[in-house]
Amino acid sequence: MFSEQTVLTWATFVPAAGAALIAVLMIARAFGALEKRAVDEASRAIALVASGLSLVAAIAAWRMYDPAAPGLAIAGKATGVQMVHHFVWIRQFNVDYFVGVDGLSISMVLLSGLISFVATIASMPWWTNAKTRHLAGMEDDGHEDPHHPKHFSVRMVPGYMALLLILQTGMMGTFVALDMFLFYCFWEVMLLPMYFLIGVWGGPRKEYAAIKFFLYTLAGSVLMLLAIIAIYYQSHAAPLGDGSMSSLHSFNLLELAAQGQAGVFAAAGPILGFGFTKIVFVALFIGFAIKIPMFPFHTWLPDAHVEAPTPISVILAGVLLKMGIYGILRFNYGMLPDATRWAANAMAIFGTINIVYAAFVCLAQKDLKKLIAYSSVSHMGFSLLGMAALTPAGISGAVLNLFTHGIISPMLFLIVGVIYDRAHHREIERFGGLAQALPEYTAIMGLAFFASLGLPGLCGFISEFMVFSGSFPVFMTYTIISATSVILTAAYYLWAIHRMFLGKLNEAYRGFPDLAWRERISLYPLAVIALVLGFYPQAVLGVINGTLHSLVASIRL
Amino acid sequence: MDYLPFIQENLRSTAWFRPELALTFGAMALFLLDLVWRNSANRVARLSLATLAVLGISAALLAAQPSDAQMLFNGMIANDAFAIFFKWLFLAAAALTVVISAQAKDIRPERSGEFQAILLTVVLGLFLMASSANLLMIYLSLELVSIGSYILTGYKKGDRKAVEASLKYVIYGGVASGVMLFGMSYLYGLTGTADLPEMARRIGTLSQTMTQAQAMGGQAAVRLTLIMSVVFVLAGIGYKVAAVPWHMWCPDVYEGAPTPFTAFLSVGPKAAGFAVALRFFYGSFAAQPGAPLFDAQGLGAAVAGIPWPAVIGVVAAITMTLGNLTALAQTNLKRLLAYSSIAHAGYTLMGLSALSKTGMQSVMLYMSIYLVMNLGAFLAVIVVAQTTGSESIYEYRGLGKRAPLAATAFAVFLFSLTGIPPFAGFIGKYYLFLAVLERAGGPAGSWWMALAICGALNSAVSLYYYARVLKAMFLESPYRDEPMGAAIGHRVLLGAFSIAVLVVGVAPGLLVEWTERSLQIFRG
Repeated sequence: MFSEQTVLTWATFVPAAGAALIAVLMIARAFGALEKRAVDEASRAIALVASGLSLVAAIAAWRMYDPAAPGLAIAGKATGVQMVHHFVWIRQFNVDYFVGVDGLSISMVLLSGLISFVATIASMPWWTNAKTRHLAGMEDDGHEDPHHPKHFSVRMVPGYMALLLILQTGMMGTFVALDMFLFYCFWEVMLLPMYFLIGVWGGPRKEYAAIKFFLYTLAGSVLMLLAIIAIYYQSHAAPLGDGSMSSLHSFNLLELAAQGQAGVFAAAGPILGFGFTKIVFVALFIGFAIKIPMFPFHTWLPDAHVEAPTPISVILAGVLLKMGIYGILRFNYGMLPDATRWAANAMAIFGTINIVYAAFVCLAQKDLKKLIAYSSVSHMGFSLLGMAALTPAGISGAVLNLFTHGIISPMLFLIVGVIYDRAHHREIERFGGLAQALPEYTAIMGLAFFASLGLPGLCGFISEFMVFSGSFPVFMTYTIISATSVILTAAYYLWAIHRMFLGKLNEAYRGFPDLAWRERISLYPLAVIALVLGFYPQAVLGVINGTLHSLVASIRL
Repeated sequence: MDYLPFIQENLRSTAWFRPELALTFGAMALFLLDLVWRNSANRVARLSLATLAVLGISAALLAAQPSDAQMLFNGMIANDAFAIFFKWLFLAAAALTVVISAQAKDIRPERSGEFQAILLTVVLGLFLMASSANLLMIYLSLELVSIGSYILTGYKKGDRKAVEASLKYVIYGGVASGVMLFGMSYLYGLTGTADLPEMARRIGTLSQTMTQAQAMGGQAAVRLTLIMSVVFVLAGIGYKVAAVPWHMWCPDVYEGAPTPFTAFLSVGPKAAGFAVALRFFYGSFAAQPGAPLFDAQGLGAAVAGIPWPAVIGVVAAITMTLGNLTALAQTNLKRLLAYSSIAHAGYTLMGLSALSKTGMQSVMLYMSIYLVMNLGAFLAVIVVAQTTGSESIYEYRGLGKRAPLAATAFAVFLFSLTGIPPFAGFIGKYYLFLAVLERAGGPAGSWWMALAICGALNSAVSLYYYARVLKAMFLESPYRDEPMGAAIGHRVLLGAFSIAVLVVGVAPGLLVEWTERSLQIFRG
């Protein structure tokens, strides 16, 4: 169905095409040609089809990817990069349209396609019963009451769907781009829809949360832009998409990685008195660390999560946070091996702080969504610790953690969304005994919570175990400190379960309907994946191991 | 004295001067047409069409004129690809302003003729600014632009703000151009010529001759005089581009002037100011094609011993920081855009401070992109003010619901001004950073590195006030529900501008190539 060359381009741009189609509908409506209802329903359908097609393309790419194949050869060395689509984009700037995947990015492509589709389903008011619909405020009766705002899924639907699709294009593009300039463009393209999706369709403090997210990320990314240009000026010429040589310098990430590993950047003169690779490493790292989010740049995340509508939280936790780690592996690890060795210890320290500090903060949370947001901060710390160790097990554990957290945290946010749609608050203390009223919901919640706290047999356990076993020989103290978080994590999850689901049922919630089909079809696939990966992590490890182990080998010499 | 060679030279020169002549005669004709069509019912449409015709004729003559680089009128004017690049920008800006003003309420129909005629005069001044190769010519053309601008700023007779703005503009303009003239007189005294290429040559040998003349204070005195005079000339240029500390007029003038003219003012004279700065700092280029940019004779080299990049760089850093920080507190959209335009002058000065070919190209690229996005932003302000009669940010609440297309277009311009891909503003800003960081690898690279970091942080700050407008438009609910209309011409232009911003952002190749071609006849 898809050719090997274009499958990634399809996966990236089908959502954008969907957004363009919705824009046409919106313009037609502005000129009075179409009914509001028709445009709403059509844009929902377009969003579902487009993100579904994108997922199909991502799965096709996953199926086509061969971990054993040598892939694209750069400077006489096989890189394992496959499904390359490469042509000149802006010749004057030496910029190519260059996409392709290795083991690291194909896992993220699959995750991104999957989570985008789940989030799109979660954005529909369809497939739900009358009672749930009424409780959630999804009835599209055309009248707005500022005190009881409508559910986000029925407010300004075409705009929401178009932005959601643009966001999907930005995410997919970021993971497949192999040209620094192209990467930066996709990276920034994600910002705009995210700002509006939080700011327009979010909760009470949406404006504050949206601008905070936007400012933090933009400050990080302009720093990143400077680092990109600085690297560009130190690079040597490399072939462009049409085979001709670029003039003087190159943006080609694979060529740059080869040059970086050959010591080209290490030989560059210092900037502001610091070593070139060190200062570039730090600039890139801050840009990415904001996205992870790493302590002390994490404060935007709880605000963004709490105010964002459920599907946007799902995407934020499931995909966007992964970009920080992905970027560090692709840029810092790939191009600046010496600075990576230099910074490894600091990364491990920050990882440990993330893990333990955020776990303590979780214990103090009263809002369920905030608790889960901070638990994301804690879990992303595992990836930092694992990759800092520069061991095969550590880095594989770090990336596997991206994938497993990318499955589990969307489930958690969907679960929060379910209860919020019914009760319109998320305060843990005000619930109680929900297990009696909502048995199915309680079961799936239990699965997600236990997966997140690292119960063996579920996927969270494997990645945590790999991270610890990989980092223990290198950073024994940090690993031991981090391991205490396992207890803290269990404590805050179990305590939350205890307060919300056990004990005496709060009578106000007796009549709550259990899961609707809309919620089932977004939750169950993720639950199945979480279960399968718990027993068979090879499905992901088999794909990522080759790329990551050679990456670690290139840094450790 | 034999005048014949001068007359012959002037006659010869007119072959390359036809676009300017068209503008001159066009402006005169418009004054007449204004009288002829005095009582016509659709005089605004007629006069606007006549102005567009004049601009069209000028454009046609510009396209048809011989393409070789020439010094005209005894070296007063350089006609080269560099000047022609800017002339196209001015024609575009003027034509768009005419179209915008035709449907704007700011310009009263009975005075439309004057507006168009004076606008054409200003365009003529801008043409001359971009091509002057002589200090006197620079000064005269600058004044021609300024005087026209004073009149058009105070165009709304009886409007307090307009009168205040105009007076402020006159006073600041007078001081700035006086200081500039003072600096020029020193330069003339040092070198004995006002001709830029000749001056560049003489400055090259100046230090040697002056070192011997110990009586005059030797090299140190020459250097000091040279620095002072160039800083004074910079004052005149800084005033035109609205750089700190010569920016005080900018917010008041932008607020008081009729908005279509504000839009023009924010792009036309700014671009011309940068054209003069580039030509001044690189000497004249048409005179010696093929010579290297930083040869021993260029002004750029003569002043290379003096840290010009640092001087301009510091001005750039202060300009963008002050512009952005002050913009944070604005609630009037025109004032907000005024401070934003000061910030953008700061960004562009970063490109100038690189004093390199990439730097020149980045300035040209940025100015052409800025033209589209800033005209677009002002057009959006005009559209809203037509209905609400106000430029307060509170009028923008819920614009996303009341006028979705205008609000979306405005959002595109604001994102582009912030410098976010895939919009054109990003390409412009990227190229400025490229120019600055190119020098960061060389000697004294820390200066440029610090400047680049300052520019990057400023970009992040600027997002905050642009996002305030976005927030008002999309995140807040409207205080009134009825949809907001817009004139058809404005709608078409808003759409065209936002598509242009997007297209240039995704495929900047042609524009970049054009700026590159326009520099080829420059030395280097």
